[in-house]
Amino acid sequence: MLSVNSNFPEYAVPGAKQLRFEPYADNGGSVVAIAGEDYAVIGADTRLSTGFSIYTREQKKLFKLSDRTVLGATGCWCDTLTLTRLLQARMQMYEHEHNKAMSTPAVAQMLSTMLYYKRFFPYYISNILAGLDADGKGCVYSYDPIGHCERSNYRAGGSAGAQLQPLLDNQIGLKNMQNVTEAPVPKDKALALLKDVFISAAERDIYTGDCIYILVITASGIQEEKFELRKD
Amino acid sequence: MSSIGTGYDLSASQFSPDGRVFQVEYAAKAVENSGTVIGLRGKDGVVFAVEKLVTSKLYEPGANKRIFHVDEHVGMAVAGLISDARQMVETARSEASNYRSQYGIPVPLKYLNERVSMYMHAYTLYSAVRPYGCSVVMGSWSEHDGPQMFMLDPSGVSFSYFGCAVGKAKQAAKTEIEKLKLADMTVKELVKEAARIIYLVHDELKDKQFELELSWVSKDTKGRHQLVPRDVAAEAENHAKQSLADIEDSDEGEM
Amino acid sequence: MAFMGDVLNPLPLWQNGPTPGSFYNFPGNASLGPVGRTVQDFKAHSANPITTTTTVIGLKFDKGCVIAADTLGSYGSLARFRDCPRVLKVNDLILLGSGGDYADYQYLKDIIEQKIIDEQCIGDGLQLKPKSLHCWLTRVLYNKRSKMDPLWNNYVVAGIQDGEPFLGAVDKLGTAYEDATIATGMGAYMATPLLRDALEKGPLDEESAKALVRKCMEVLFYRDARSFPRYQLGVVTADGVIVEEPVELKHDWTLAHMIQMK
Repeated sequence: MLSVNSNFPEYAVPGAKQLRFEPYADNGGSVVAIAGEDYAVIGADTRLSTGFSIYTREQKKLFKLSDRTVLGATGCWCDTLTLTRLLQARMQMYEHEHNKAMSTPAVAQMLSTMLYYKRFFPYYISNILAGLDADGKGCVYSYDPIGHCERSNYRAGGSAGAQLQPLLDNQIGLKNMQNVTEAPVPKDKALALLKDVFISAAERDIYTGDCIYILVITASGIQEEKFELRKD
Repeated sequence: MSSIGTGYDLSASQFSPDGRVFQVEYAAKAVENSGTVIGLRGKDGVVFAVEKLVTSKLYEPGANKRIFHVDEHVGMAVAGLISDARQMVETARSEASNYRSQYGIPVPLKYLNERVSMYMHAYTLYSAVRPYGCSVVMGSWSEHDGPQMFMLDPSGVSFSYFGCAVGKAKQAAKTEIEKLKLADMTVKELVKEAARIIYLVHDELKDKQFELELSWVSKDTKGRHQLVPRDVAAEAENHAKQSLADIEDSDEGEM
Repeated sequence: MAFMGDVLNPLPLWQNGPTPGSFYNFPGNASLGPVGRTVQDFKAHSANPITTTTTVIGLKFDKGCVIAADTLGSYGSLARFRDCPRVLKVNDLILLGSGGDYADYQYLKDIIEQKIIDEQCIGDGLQLKPKSLHCWLTRVLYNKRSKMDPLWNNYVVAGIQDGEPFLGAVDKLGTAYEDATIATGMGAYMATPLLRDALEKGPLDEESAKALVRKCMEVLFYRDARSFPRYQLGVVTADGVIVEEPVELKHDWTLAHMIQMK
């Protein structure tokens, strides 16, 4: 059978369409992570929204997986809840089996596997994993929804990811700059930059705002910091 | 001993030449070894009392309870092997739950009893299984049906009762129950009588320690099966101890 | 010509995956591939709600939470059922409000009520806590949505968790969050601003919280076409849960004198 809708889309009547169930939602939110020599910082805003309405202004999107690994997750919030719960269970299983916490690169690989396992019905999440690797160096891993994984030193993700990444490229990656010498980013500068980029994101992206929580991961533990953003 | 069954007692699926199923009778023996359980049906509700024998001082108080909730409105007191009894409780609970999900109302005790009896009876038919070594008493109260009580034994037979007793001292307990005017009594009065009877029939020489368990389901509890509140239970227990002491005093006086 | 097969509708190269030369269709999306077949052979499940209810409002105050919802069951645009209570006392600690498909709510209500009975049968006196129910609902709704067979509801869970008020929401996807003010459906647009505004001005006590929620129900009644003047209000505090009998809100259309009917 020929079908009007699929074979002759030009002749299909607009307006008359079947409402189907949509299993995904875009709940917005942005994450930025920066890795340094002996630290990693990761920040995420606290706005949870759908379309033009805000569900809540105080939703934390950073998940402490161990005392040297933190995951930031934004996108489809119900998938985030499910994935992080699964991750936490897997972290615990690893700890019980091996009598030690999982290293950040191991978590990174496991997360990739878990995402790809749902290749044909993916978790619609933008994940960024930050922490210290086995040598104590800061590391950042970023993912696409189906498990592609890449290690880097800085990454922006989520609803304002595309706006923030070029800014980080310039400020931390020192891209498109002349007469600059590469030097490790000090922690204070990373923190200040993180706040700055979120302020910019809140100006332009309606899905980013309200507050950010920043977690600073060092060998001595994880410190939390809160920073207010515009709330409109 | 070996001559008792003469080969016909090895399976629940075989009759003896005189028409008995020995496995079922042995199951009934298991019930007779257990602490006494009584159920009293008054005019406004049902009371259960259990003499729970404490076989070791190492048990925590309240361990191995013998009175269970089956649904909001149904209680079950059990005698016999506790692990077998717990399985009956589970069966009754799932029957009650299924009925509720099908019909949206609490299961009528008459129907629940029928279902649990069928289940019990099924275990008296096959060689691969043994009968349940327990008897259970179920009770409920509703505005429509008033108080109801059923006792079910290992053969799968069940009857509705005004008053019933199973376990070690069932004969003595039944004699006491028969003296009561059950149909005229309220659960408040029955709790005292129930406690008294359990204390009376308890054999101090053979079984040293026991705990008294009391529960009721009545008009006052709005048809919910509940453990008797601590203060009421304590009062009934004191009353039971007192009346036992009175009897002993008068016995000594006669001597 | 039979050897050529069906030229106009060729079989897909493979199933349950992307089609070369086209965008990948997520299984949830209107999943007609370029060849006119569904990319994934999901069984056709309930795609839309039937008898629906509208907004649920939840609000935290200093010592507890209030929930309110009207009693109308709509059949499309028809105001069909006038007595659909949907504020539920779960136990002494939890109050549950629901919006969306009424049959789905009744289905889940029966399951929750049996959970509570099972718990009472254990007889240890422990009770389900609001956070646990909230989390449980998340899992149930997420699992249903993952089967593409959602329970078409929004749930608002209010309660007392370890002495503190709790207010959380779950939608049909399993999206869950907690907040001091929650309003679902149309209420998200009309009640939320009023509630957040009031809360910003300072903490509320029980009476002012109830008054505020009643005001919101009135506002919603004037503007939400699927609403109804008869609603239920429930309150949960450390003293327990109270679900009021449905009350009729007073409406006064003289305030609409600016509207010219032609």
